[in-house]
Amino acid sequence: MPRLDIKDVTKSYRVSRDGAIQAALGRINLSVEDGEFVSLVGPSGCGKSTLLRIVAGLESASEGTAYFDGEPITGPSRRRGMVFQEYALPPWKTVQANVELGLKFRGVPAAERRAIAANWVALVGLQGFEDRYPQELSGGMRQRCALARTLANDAELLLMDEPFAALDAQTREIMQDELLKIWGEQVEPTRRKTVLFVTHSIDEAIFLSDRVVVMSVRPGVIKEIFVDMLPRPRTEAIRASAEFLGARQHLWSLVKEEAVKAMTQRAT
Amino acid sequence: MGRVVAVARLRTLLLPLGFVLAWQLVSELGPGLAQTLPPPSRVLAAGWRMLASGDLLAHISASLVRVFGGFALAAVVAIPLGIGIALWEWVEDTADPVVEFLRPIPPIAWIPLGILWFGIGDAQNMFIIFLGAFFPILLNTIAGVRRVDRTLVWGALTLGGRRTQIVREIVLPGALPLILTGLRIGLGVGWMALVAAELVAARSGLGFMIQSARYAFLTERVILGMAVIGILGLGMDRAMRGAQRQLAPWAAGR
Repeated sequence: MPRLDIKDVTKSYRVSRDGAIQAALGRINLSVEDGEFVSLVGPSGCGKSTLLRIVAGLESASEGTAYFDGEPITGPSRRRGMVFQEYALPPWKTVQANVELGLKFRGVPAAERRAIAANWVALVGLQGFEDRYPQELSGGMRQRCALARTLANDAELLLMDEPFAALDAQTREIMQDELLKIWGEQVEPTRRKTVLFVTHSIDEAIFLSDRVVVMSVRPGVIKEIFVDMLPRPRTEAIRASAEFLGARQHLWSLVKEEAVKAMTQRAT
Repeated sequence: MGRVVAVARLRTLLLPLGFVLAWQLVSELGPGLAQTLPPPSRVLAAGWRMLASGDLLAHISASLVRVFGGFALAAVVAIPLGIGIALWEWVEDTADPVVEFLRPIPPIAWIPLGILWFGIGDAQNMFIIFLGAFFPILLNTIAGVRRVDRTLVWGALTLGGRRTQIVREIVLPGALPLILTGLRIGLGVGWMALVAAELVAARSGLGFMIQSARYAFLTERVILGMAVIGILGLGMDRAMRGAQRQLAPWAAGR
């Protein structure tokens, strides 16, 4: 059984008082296996973030159902943790308090909370910054904190909504490497987290994923699912390999077609 | 650096000092001004005498007790109500028409009715302060809760936070900077409303002191009362800003 099973999911919004409706997502069918890393790419407004929020349980589907471990998703759950582009770290909580937040919600005793959080803080390379506030950290460090917070809470499915989009190019590549390490690239696939990753960057999607889902312009439907056969662990050298460049060219032609359509869609 | 600061400080003192000096000159040289515009030296002397007799402190403490009483009552009612209005539609639907109807009525317009209900004295004065402080606190609390960053709430939801936990950990601290702004404005409005109430309906307090001094043609006491009201108002505002920096340092400078 797939870990995540998205069945005939659509999403429409009422955009004005007279009841005009805009379709954000067409009919989406997608299954994600346990331990799989799947990326969603597509032009702005294709509904990839909407799909992620439906899986998170933050929005409801207009039609269809998403299933997690066979159970229909009806609301948010700590088992489906989410990492946001904007970090979503309360500025009044230190790194330590942010990482402990999910554990606090679950009623884990303070001492145990501290120990679990310390472990994850160290794993994402934030030791020494436990008492800092998010606004005192760089974007990369904030995102490490957000990742540690989700992992400390033992999320089984990681939903990542353009997590590295606000970072500079170098930091972004470093974060990609570290994400793969934390995800468990070096362990057997059964011990890996399941990841659904939304990004604008085709390079990022190819570098990270087992499969890359290309979405069309609004209303977003799946245009192609690209199976990423690059060997793991992924190294810097892979970015320059013929397979990587071939995949990039192929995916870029698909995304570009949709991006051009999206531009004319906005112009009208 | 130190010199630049010293010069800047001197510059801020320039206008007040010049003003006091000009006032002193005008009231001493102007014919027949001694009664309507006594010089600052006489105001200070009156202040010193009233301080020594204990009268001034008695009036100040009477005013402060009322302002903090009415203000605390306003905060205790307005903050929970504001949170309720911002979070639950049925509270908003219930409270909104009443709030919108009462809000444009200035607290001073309530003074006659307040006298009928509460007579002269503390209860009436606190009632007027309550009305003055209530709406700034309420409106800022509503705005504060509504402006809490949606992704912070989403983040907490995907960490498994329940509704009450999210209100406690995310919504309240997120709204705190604006709630504190509401308290600061509310205290300022309450202070002004208090003095207005004491002018007509009190037997103590700074407003009463001004009014009774006017009947006795003790103009320097009138001015003294005004100056004390200004200084205390300024002090309260500074204290509230300080509290804001202490309690919500992440919002400082915003």
